[in-house]
Amino acid sequence: MRIKNASLTLGAWLAGMVFFLPVAWMVLTSFHSESDAASNPPAFTAPLTLDGYREFFGTGGGPDPWPPLINSLTASLASTVLVLLLALPAAYALTIRPVRAWRDVLFFFLSTKMLPVIAGLLPVYLFAREIGFLDNIWLLVILYTSMNLPIAVWMLQSFLAEVPVSVIEAAQLDGARLPVVLGRVVAPVVLPGIVATALICFIFSWNELLFARVLTGVTAETAPVFLTRFITSQGLFLAQLSAASIAISLPVLAAGFAAQDKLVQGLSLGAVK
Amino acid sequence: MTSATTKAAPGGQGAPPRPGARTAPGQGRRANRAKAWATRAPLLPALIFLIVVTQLPFVATLVISLFDWNALYPDDRAFTGFGNYDTVLGDADLRGAVVTTAVLTATVVLVSLLLGLGLALLLDRKFAGRGFVRTITITPFLLVPVAAALLWKHILFNPEYGLLNGLLAQLGDIFGFTAPERDWISEMPLVAVEAALIWQWTPFMMLILLAGLQSRPLELYEAARLDGASNWQLFRHLTLPHLRRYLELGALLGSIYIVQHFDAVFTITGGSLGTANLPYVVYQEFYAAQEYGVASAAGVLVVIGSLLIATLALRVVSSLFREEGSRA
Repeated sequence: MRIKNASLTLGAWLAGMVFFLPVAWMVLTSFHSESDAASNPPAFTAPLTLDGYREFFGTGGGPDPWPPLINSLTASLASTVLVLLLALPAAYALTIRPVRAWRDVLFFFLSTKMLPVIAGLLPVYLFAREIGFLDNIWLLVILYTSMNLPIAVWMLQSFLAEVPVSVIEAAQLDGARLPVVLGRVVAPVVLPGIVATALICFIFSWNELLFARVLTGVTAETAPVFLTRFITSQGLFLAQLSAASIAISLPVLAAGFAAQDKLVQGLSLGAVK
Repeated sequence: MTSATTKAAPGGQGAPPRPGARTAPGQGRRANRAKAWATRAPLLPALIFLIVVTQLPFVATLVISLFDWNALYPDDRAFTGFGNYDTVLGDADLRGAVVTTAVLTATVVLVSLLLGLGLALLLDRKFAGRGFVRTITITPFLLVPVAAALLWKHILFNPEYGLLNGLLAQLGDIFGFTAPERDWISEMPLVAVEAALIWQWTPFMMLILLAGLQSRPLELYEAARLDGASNWQLFRHLTLPHLRRYLELGALLGSIYIVQHFDAVFTITGGSLGTANLPYVVYQEFYAAQEYGVASAAGVLVVIGSLLIATLALRVVSSLFREEGSRA
């Protein structure tokens, strides 16, 4: 029995390592010189250097990554704030003080998420071109808001539904007014859920490529679009590619690890807790 | 919003709000209507925003799909009925994209579900470093998709300096065989795209199935064990039936995301070598070929495919949802 347990533990560690290996290798490569990065056999013990990151941040004369990074940050943060502003009242109207057909409304939100975004892309493009809104980061803000709004409504309603009705009623019987009840009783319980929702919306916006690729040009280019310049091989570029990929993934990795415990609830739209 | 003390909020999964007490008939009805709108008001901004930004473009796509419209010849725009659908379904490449989409989605979802199940079973046990292993296992899912695709394309699959061929060669040195220096992406392009996607999506499946495993009623397992059930019997007759809905949910949510997937195809193969799926074709028709009508028809086909999956998904979510509701 002990041997069996030990081998299962070993198996779990091994499986985790196998999944992690490509990422670990990419991190290692990002700290190698370009010639070590492209060596065959793989140079596991080559000396470490920050050249890849220096190159990425533009000190080597390459393209400046800061405008795309700032664009991505703007689009992700602004759309996340907008999503919360729209989704919180909606989730409230679906749980605490529900409208009559709240279940139908909830499923309408979900159904919009299941329609592929690609099918609406062309009209959005034509309309944006007509009103001169192409290559504008606020166009992405609007689109990312609509992309994440259903997820946020579902997540927030599942968190709000966890607040016991009796607690709210008790506070109201004590004569507390609604804003007070929301601020003092509901908010502390729901806050971790709101944070997790925000983190997940941030991740999805930060990762998005298709809209950004089609609707932006030079000014509003985002970080994933910046990465697409590495699609075609350019001689010795692996260390730089790795450094750029890791640097651009860092905000998402941080947000993902922070939201780890609520990640499933968000990704399964609140169906799994 | 009216004073909170007048009507206790029904909240949660409770009944719809009770209508207010009536005083005079006419006045009461007006007050009721005002109250109903006050209840609805917080919902409206989100609802209207979503309808305008996501539903209207779909209607436009549907209309454009009925027109013969190439942006390079804007004066030749004409109504063609279902002509564009004939084009999409009649063109071998475009038909191929339908098949590719189905194969890609099915393979990625099934394989990552199976691997995810294995990982979830391994991680369901308590052992030293479990939290750490769980964290590093979900890392692939948290890489920016383009970065993950670049990692597979250049760092793992490259025939000359990629890690895969490098490791194979070293294994060959140790065990005395000559590893073939394969060009993975040109030899098996679709498998290459699938491998990258499976790697990213297995952690997602693992997370859903792990949540399922951890919601198992443990008393049942003790009782069955007392009755002398073997581990395999426990898995077959208790764990699998309990996991069924989580497996369904993982499969359906995975399908919804993978059917729409664009990034890996765009990055790894650029849609060449028979890996172009429908989203890529829509992108190409519209972005490169400027065939607005054909692109829209292909888009509508993606929608129809997704709707089929989505109907099933909604049913599963709704049954889980009702179960959660009745438990609360």
